[in-house]
Amino acid sequence: MSFLSVRNLSARVKGGGTLLRDVSLDVAVGEVRGLVGESGAGKSMIGKAVLGILPKAVEITSGQIMLDGVDLLALPPAQRRIKVGATCALIPQDPLTALNPSRRIGPQITDRLVDILGWTRQRAEERALALLGEVQITDPTRVLRQYPHELSGGMRQRILIASAFAAEPKLIVADEPTTALDVTVQKQILKLIAALQVRHGTALLFVTHDLGVVSKVCQKLSVLYAGKVVEDSAVADFFRAPKHPYSAALLAATPKYTDPLAGLQPVPEAVIAAVRAEVGHG
Amino acid sequence: MADGRFEVRRKAGLRLWLSAAWLILLVIVALFAPYLAPKDPLEQDLFAGRLPPFWMQGADAAFLLGTDSLGRDVLSRIIFGTRIALTVAVISASLTCLVGAALGLLAGFYRGWADVVVSRFIDIWMAFPPVLFSILLIAVIGPGLFSIIAAIVVIDWTRFARVIRAEAMTQGAMDYVASARVAGRGRFGILLREILPNVLPIIVVLLTLEMGIAVIVEAILSFVNLSISTDDPTWGGMISEGRTSIHQAWWVLVFPLITLFLTVLSFSQLGEGLKNRFDPVLR
Repeated sequence: MSFLSVRNLSARVKGGGTLLRDVSLDVAVGEVRGLVGESGAGKSMIGKAVLGILPKAVEITSGQIMLDGVDLLALPPAQRRIKVGATCALIPQDPLTALNPSRRIGPQITDRLVDILGWTRQRAEERALALLGEVQITDPTRVLRQYPHELSGGMRQRILIASAFAAEPKLIVADEPTTALDVTVQKQILKLIAALQVRHGTALLFVTHDLGVVSKVCQKLSVLYAGKVVEDSAVADFFRAPKHPYSAALLAATPKYTDPLAGLQPVPEAVIAAVRAEVGHG
Repeated sequence: MADGRFEVRRKAGLRLWLSAAWLILLVIVALFAPYLAPKDPLEQDLFAGRLPPFWMQGADAAFLLGTDSLGRDVLSRIIFGTRIALTVAVISASLTCLVGAALGLLAGFYRGWADVVVSRFIDIWMAFPPVLFSILLIAVIGPGLFSIIAAIVVIDWTRFARVIRAEAMTQGAMDYVASARVAGRGRFGILLREILPNVLPIIVVLLTLEMGIAVIVEAILSFVNLSISTDDPTWGGMISEGRTSIHQAWWVLVFPLITLFLTVLSFSQLGEGLKNRFDPVLR
């Protein structure tokens, strides 16, 4: 049974262009689904729509977001916030802005545990310490008392991961969690997310534009173009034989480490024209 | 690496302490004015008019900074003027800050119609020439301490609202706000616990700047005789009176002017210094 089920979701900028066209996708309990597509395809928008953090200028025009059998869009805002807060978490893209610069790390991790789940401060703090250990932060006691600017980008992303897993959510939306980090740190962070995901059995909606990342972390995959899902496959099938010509071209455009001199393969004009006509974009 | 940062820090510290020292001195003077002032600030002595300050020829040692044309002691008048200046500065700046910051946060964080209303209001408000506006206002509600404070609040809240609105907007777009929302915190909770601490350094800076501005506005209004009753010693009133006799008795003008200048400078420098202390990244 799928924990998250997005049905025919459409969204647009108020009085402007369409952002999401009839998007449907499912994330089963404990499953990792990758969301790929080029910049502006609407990958992050889906994640944000699920978590209820869409920018104010964006409105959902139709569709359903079923979380654990409840339609989030039908809930009043306060109930929706609590439902999402109790079962979902976010690993944001930019660790440099994702922690409040004027507050210490500790409360930023424990807030949710205390406020939403009603834990005691001490229990929440123990939990935070344990999780900081899990994300391989040395001296977690000291880190809890530090301010974000005292820590490196990689450290901050680890803290954000720890914070996301702290409340044992059923679903985590990872919004390009490695994009802002340099390549060596990226790999560690990916491993960490994958390991924690397996250990905690958390479902993951993994937004990325890196097919390499998808192949390592995800089981299912949705390819987006101009706000429309053009392919929905199991990852193994996708890499063996992509169903849609656009996703085949996207896969071909990935640089190969085995043949660095081959040069980059852009997505052919004809494929773009075809996919544009198909989704009805521009 | 360490030397550059050290240099910056030390300068900021010196600035902070010097301005704080001057302001603390003013507070003490204002509190104990009756004990510190050598004379009654209102006592006139026409035979002792326009006496020069103590180091000049013909000075009376009893009047350290000389007397004005009515024979009132300049030093005592400055000391009692401190009371009015500080009262106006603290009360009006705090009220201005409260009104402006609240509206700014509302507009910048909640956006939507709240933003539209507040922003248009600010635009309209700022189209009035401020000094004229305040003179008009006081002409209508009548002079007095309360009127001055009201005038400053009514005119200057836009200064806070604009800056804090912009800052709240920037902070509101940060990922940590999104994270807090996902974590189930309500809008108002986010405003208080996530946004406000990050806007606070700016609020403090603006508040101290506003205190300086309030002192100036009070002086301007005294200068055009719209402040407290003309008998009460105010720095602006003294400057205004001193202007008429500048060729015969410059000290009546210059001493209150120096006091005013140092006070306004101290307020603005205090703000800068505090900002550096408050800012978690610079700290």
